[in-house]
Amino acid sequence: MATQHSRSVARLMMAPAVVLLLGWMLVPLTMTLYFSFKKYLPLRGGDLGWVGFDNYVRFVSSSSFWPAVQATLVIVGGVLVITVVLGILLAMLLDQPMWGQGVVRILVIAPFFVMPTVSALVWKNMFMDPVNGLLAHLWRFFGAEPISWLSEASMTSIIMIVSWQWLPFATLILLTAIQSLDSEQLEAAEMDGAPPLKRFYHIILPHLGRAITIVILIQTIFLLSIFAEIFVTTGGAFGTRTLTYLIFQRVLESQNVGLGSAGGVYAIILANIVAIFLMRIVGKNLDA
Amino acid sequence: MGRIQLKSVTKSFGDVQVIPPLDLTIQDGEFTVFVGPSGCGKSTLLRLIAGLEDITSGHIEIDGSVATDVPPAKRGLAMVFQSYALYPHMSVRKNIAFPLRMAKLDQAEIDRRVEGAASVLNLADYLDRRPGQLSGGQRQRVAIGRAIVREPAAFLFDEPLSNLDAALRVGMRLEISELHERLATTMIYVTHDQVEAMTMADKIVVLQAGVIEQVGTPLELYRTPRNQFVAGFIGSPKMNFIEGPEAAKHSAHIIGIRPEHIAVSETDGDWSGVVSVSEHLGSDTFFHVHETGLADTITVRADGEVSFRHGDRIHLTPRKDVIHRFDAQGLRIE
Repeated sequence: MATQHSRSVARLMMAPAVVLLLGWMLVPLTMTLYFSFKKYLPLRGGDLGWVGFDNYVRFVSSSSFWPAVQATLVIVGGVLVITVVLGILLAMLLDQPMWGQGVVRILVIAPFFVMPTVSALVWKNMFMDPVNGLLAHLWRFFGAEPISWLSEASMTSIIMIVSWQWLPFATLILLTAIQSLDSEQLEAAEMDGAPPLKRFYHIILPHLGRAITIVILIQTIFLLSIFAEIFVTTGGAFGTRTLTYLIFQRVLESQNVGLGSAGGVYAIILANIVAIFLMRIVGKNLDA
Repeated sequence: MGRIQLKSVTKSFGDVQVIPPLDLTIQDGEFTVFVGPSGCGKSTLLRLIAGLEDITSGHIEIDGSVATDVPPAKRGLAMVFQSYALYPHMSVRKNIAFPLRMAKLDQAEIDRRVEGAASVLNLADYLDRRPGQLSGGQRQRVAIGRAIVREPAAFLFDEPLSNLDAALRVGMRLEISELHERLATTMIYVTHDQVEAMTMADKIVVLQAGVIEQVGTPLELYRTPRNQFVAGFIGSPKMNFIEGPEAAKHSAHIIGIRPEHIAVSETDGDWSGVVSVSEHLGSDTFFHVHETGLADTITVRADGEVSFRHGDRIHLTPRKDVIHRFDAQGLRIE
C-alpha cells in the first residue's frame, strides 16, 4: 500500500507536529545547558560571563546538596513502598466479586484526578492542621496531644500526602494485572496443596512482577519531580527540601539562574537513567 | 486405591440446578470418560469431584470415606486442566516439583520423583526450560507430570486434548491410554469428543443437561444405546433416524440405523435416493443421500473404492439385525 509517494506525503504531514515537539523539548533544554555554564544573577548584575563547570561543582559541594538527595530518596522510597504494598492489597480486594463494584472502583481511582496543589492544601488544612484538622480531633478524642504534623513529622506527612495521590495509579495497574491471571493456575495450585498465602507468594506475586516494575519506574520518574506538595505545605523547611525544590530555591529565591540550571542538568541525567530502564522493561513487555 | 462414589449429588448455581440428583460409582483403576455436548455439566461434575466447587447436596465418597467437606488438596486427586495451568515463571522441573514442595517432601525424594516422571513422559531434556518455550504437546506432558508425581488416588482430566492439533491429539490419546495401563490408577476424563471417549474409556458416562443418560463400556453404548440421545451421540458419522411408516414396519416410533450398517448398490435395494455430497476419506466414503422419502438426509458409509457422484441415484439396503428401535419417548425397545 505504502508507495514512495504516499510515504513522502505522510512525512510532510507529520513534520509540523514533529518540529513543534522537538522545539518544545529542545529550546528549554538548550537554554538550561546554556545558563548552567554562565554566572547569571538577574538582580545582582545579570549576565556575568562564562564560568565553565563552576556551577556544577558548586551545586554538588553545597552543604544542602546531600541532605536534598537524602530527602528525595526517602520520599521516593517511602511512597513506592506504601503504594506498591497497599496497591497489591487493594487490587486483590477489588478483584473479589462484590456488590457495587463499579462505584467502588471509581471511588478508589478518584484521588488521582485531584490536582496535587489542591490535595496538598486539603491535607494541610483539613487533616493535618494541629488545631482544627480531622486528625487533631481524632487525637483529642482519644485524649492524646495533637501532632503538628507538618513541622514535627514533616517527612511522614509529605509521604502520606503523595502516597494518597499515587495509590490509585498503582492499584489500577496492579488490578488489571491481577485480572489477567488465569484462574485455572490458582485452582491448580490449590489442588497441588498450596494454602492461600503460598498461592499468593508462588503464583500471584510472580505474575505481578512486571506490573510492579512498571509501577515503580513510572512513579519514580514522577516522584523525583514532586514540587507542589512541598511548596504549599512545608515550603522546603523541616528537612523536606528535595533536589527539585533545591533547584527551585537556587533559581527563584537566591536568584542564581546558572547554579539552578546546573542542578537541572543533574536532574535530567537522573531522570534519563530511570527512563532507560523503564523503556527497556516496557519494550520487553510489548515483545512478549 | 481410588474408588469414587457420588451419592445423590446435586449442584445449583443460584436458582438454576445444573446437576439434578446423580448417583455414580467409579471403580478403582477404571478409566472413566464423561462425555456429552458442551454445557451438559460434565466439567462441573469433575470440579465437584475435585472439590473446586462445593456440592449443593449429597455425598462424595473417596475410598469409602466421605470427602464432601474435605478441601481439594486433601482429597488425594490430581487434575490436568484444559489450559494446562502451568506456572509460567517456573521451570519445568519446578512446575513438576511444586506439589511435592507444598507437601514438604525432602529434596532427595523430590528429585527422585521428578526425574522419574520426566523419564516416563520424555521430558528429561526440557526440565530446565520454561513452559513458554515448549510446544503444546510438551506442555500437556508437563501438566501430566505435575499430576503423576503426587501419586494420587485418581487423575482428573478436564478436556486435556482440546487445545492440540489433530495429529498431536491422536498421539497424546495413545500416551494417556498407555499411562493408564502402566499406572493402573483411576482416571476420570472429561471430553466432548466421542472418538476420545470410545478409544480410551473402560467406562463411558454419557451426560445431557446434568443427567446421566447411560453408563457402559464403549461397545455397550455403541451396540445397545439406551435411548435416542445416546444413539445419536455415540458413533461417527451420526446414526440415521427414520420416523413414520418405515418405522411402523418395525413396530417402533423411530428406528435408527448406523451409516456403516447400510449397503449401497447401483441397481437395487430397499430404499433409493440421490447423492448430494460424497466425502472421500480414502479408506471410506461417506454419501449424504437425499430424496429417500424417509428422512432429510441419510448418511451411508461405503468402501473407499465405491464412487458415486453428486446427482447419482443409488439404492440402499439396511442390515435388519442392527436396526435400533425407539418408542415415542425415545427409549430403546428391545
